Amino acid sequence: MSAPRWLSAATALHGPTLHSLLFLVAAWVILGAVGLLRPRSVRFVAHLLFPLGAVGCIGVALLAGTFLATGHTAEAMILPLGLPDLPFHLRLDALSGFFLLILGMAGAGISIFAAGYFRRGEGTAPALLGLQYHVFLASMATVILADDAYLFMVAWETMALSSYFLVTSQHRIPEIRRAGFLYLLMAHVGAICILLCFGVLQGGSWQFTFDAMRGASLAPFWATIAFALALLGFGAKAGLVPLHAWLPEAHPAAPSPVSAMMSGLMLNTAIYGMLRITFDLLHVQFWQWGAAMLTLGLFSAVFGAAFAAVQTDMKRLLAYSSIENVGLIFTGIGLAVLFDASHMPLFAALALAAALIHALNHALFKSLLFLATGSVLHATRQRSLGKLGGLIRRMPWVAFLALIGTLAIAGLPPLNGFVSEWLLLQSFLFTPRLPQAFLNMLVPLGAAVLALTVALAAYVMVKFYGVIFLGQPREPSLVDAHDANWLERIGLGWLAAGCVFIGVLPQFALRAAGTVTGKLIGQTVTPGASFWRIAPVTPEQASYSGLIFLAGIVAAIGITFLLVRLLAHGRMRRTAAWDCGYPWQTSRMQDTAEGFGQPIRHMFGAFFRMERDLPSPSDEAPRYRIHIEDRFWGWIYQPIARAVQRIADAVSILQGGRLSVYLLYSFLTLLALLVFVL
Amino acid sequence: MLKSHLIAQLLKLLAAGLLLISFAMLSRRRTQRLITLYAWQGAILFLSTCLVAWDAGLTELWYSAALTLILKVVAMPWILHRLIQRLGAQWDNEPLVNIPITMLAGLVLVIFAFGLAQPITMMATTITRHTIGIALAVILLSFLMMITRRRAITQVIGFLAMENGLFFAATSATYGMPMVIELGIALDLLVAVFILGIFFFQIREQFDSLDLHHLESLRED
Repeated sequence: MSAPRWLSAATALHGPTLHSLLFLVAAWVILGAVGLLRPRSVRFVAHLLFPLGAVGCIGVALLAGTFLATGHTAEAMILPLGLPDLPFHLRLDALSGFFLLILGMAGAGISIFAAGYFRRGEGTAPALLGLQYHVFLASMATVILADDAYLFMVAWETMALSSYFLVTSQHRIPEIRRAGFLYLLMAHVGAICILLCFGVLQGGSWQFTFDAMRGASLAPFWATIAFALALLGFGAKAGLVPLHAWLPEAHPAAPSPVSAMMSGLMLNTAIYGMLRITFDLLHVQFWQWGAAMLTLGLFSAVFGAAFAAVQTDMKRLLAYSSIENVGLIFTGIGLAVLFDASHMPLFAALALAAALIHALNHALFKSLLFLATGSVLHATRQRSLGKLGGLIRRMPWVAFLALIGTLAIAGLPPLNGFVSEWLLLQSFLFTPRLPQAFLNMLVPLGAAVLALTVALAAYVMVKFYGVIFLGQPREPSLVDAHDANWLERIGLGWLAAGCVFIGVLPQFALRAAGTVTGKLIGQTVTPGASFWRIAPVTPEQASYSGLIFLAGIVAAIGITFLLVRLLAHGRMRRTAAWDCGYPWQTSRMQDTAEGFGQPIRHMFGAFFRMERDLPSPSDEAPRYRIHIEDRFWGWIYQPIARAVQRIADAVSILQGGRLSVYLLYSFLTLLALLVFVL
Repeated sequence: MLKSHLIAQLLKLLAAGLLLISFAMLSRRRTQRLITLYAWQGAILFLSTCLVAWDAGLTELWYSAALTLILKVVAMPWILHRLIQRLGAQWDNEPLVNIPITMLAGLVLVIFAFGLAQPITMMATTITRHTIGIALAVILLSFLMMITRRRAITQVIGFLAMENGLFFAATSATYGMPMVIELGIALDLLVAVFILGIFFFQIREQFDSLDLHHLESLRED
């Protein structure tokens, strides 16, 4: 591999963009702190500070976008903060620019929504929530901007802690406390792995700046160790199977804007870290790394989609869907590593661009859907899919905007989900050209798995949307459901607009991702010459035009509408729908969430551990219940927990409670140390 | 020259006295007697500090000697006397390990301390350098006393005696610590005694006794 291509990147000290970005990051922290002046005032915190935070997000997105578009050289600076002789290094390059763009774009929508979402008397005081929220935002931006291991870890831990407090904002509920603990535990295990990874990366120079790590030449063995540690650490944060157990617990436990931040934005910091280490600091060395990421990614994708299909809680469903999407992103990165290690830079760039754009898309549509569940939750106080239904009539705005998100995540053109999944499939089509004998036969099978995942995801989304918004209300109280307030609508609308924009005009996203691949792999991806379509490799190979799709759909609808108007004489009659011979229909006759997921549960039976309650035939009010658990709990987590408990029990013998024994311990320690110095 | 020689001899005598008192403390069961022994220890410290100050001509050491006299010979024993009278704890009950065995263990510790002090003695230049071993032995013996006793108040006396050993080690190895540190330690000791006094009353109120084995029930299971 040619290492110098990373080193040759010119770096400007004290760039203007980095200055402005830092100013915005500091402004977030100050905004959060200002809220403490009036800790109980929802109007002050929610209606003034959160919109200002959203303005900050838009600022970050604009700065990062301009930086990417103009293709500036990387900007670096040294902040005289931190420990003596260990100042903070910051750097803005194409990769961090792209992830800041994601942070800003999705963050703006979430902040506006949050302004309308937080109410009085729900868990933590509004000002504290505001502080934690803005510190969370600022720490994510700092993680992306950090240029030394020290600042990176400080920001990373701040991010974990602030999000922990956000998750447990309703800490009076025991399940939420439990979820928060699990999250904190996994976050720390991950952080330890990352810390060790940096320890390996410095390669004996004891310099912890990323610049020194780029220059360090590691032996293949140690490079692989560093990569494995990074995969463990960042995989735990991203929710890669089998390190995913915390994700479906913690993401639903948080208030919806926080769930959106965690799923949409925080997972991306893990992906950023993985890319930074694999491509920038370690300069991809072995195809085996790519194969590992590809396998884990594909497995996570199928696993997440299958579990999402059988969930009965709407936020858990979305959390599992996040696992699926992270799996897809890792699949893309794995492919990129495979191609790059096999010296096929064009295909590597294509796969990496697909992963990057999918990260952007996921931030948009997953935030949108999580926020929509927040509106539903506020309107109905129900999270269980079995108690919702028919909300499209009560909440038309939320239903319409959620529909856009649902179609996007299901991967339908002309929305953004299709773009990235199409690009990913395109890059899979080149895998038969890999030089390794078995890889070029096995990896193409991954394309089939990918297609399966995408289809499953669509199935999941049909379930999600159909059960919540369509049909008849399953509970009488749903009649009182009200639509989202205007701040929430703006937030949802912003994200939905993002989904449509990237779907219809993917060139901009592709060009931005191309800049990143240009810096990381040395090969840019261009959308092709024409304005109305993208053809990343050659137009003969494949091309896609969102505009044509949109025009086609609009034309089809218009023609159908016209034809119906003309052929049906323009007369309209309103009458009851044909009831298939049933005189009346109740909401209990509708397909339920459990029922809809049943075929998947049957097909992927090996994944699940199920406990079913079948009602007896003589039951007056029969209810079918099913409890589905993750097999990984029994396979990995419980044995580890038991081992830790055993060790702790063994150690606790030391704690006998007798003061003289404790004194004896220190006495013996003293003697041992004295003998040691002797 | 003669003066210096005489002082060195006297210091060795005092150090031997200190060690003897430490053994006496190990063997005593009456709390009141322990406090008296502690006061004697303080007096020996005062004398030895005076001698070293005279020999080395250091004014700082005179201050430190005065501090020792006020704090360790007068104030602390007086406070402790008042305490045990108010607590009615003149007697210590049976120690955890019987006294002959404790004495034997003490003997081993003294040998260990002397062996340990050998290399330090080689390096030190003070006239008191030969007493470092004794200072170390005093520290270890006081620690041993803390381990083998049941009553909270005896452990406090052991703790204070340990500090005496440290102080002696400091004067004998390096002509004492800087004044600031010494003042700080003196203040700490005073505060510690007050706080521990408060704790005694709390413990007695809670368990109707000063016996520490009651504290075992505080263990978390």
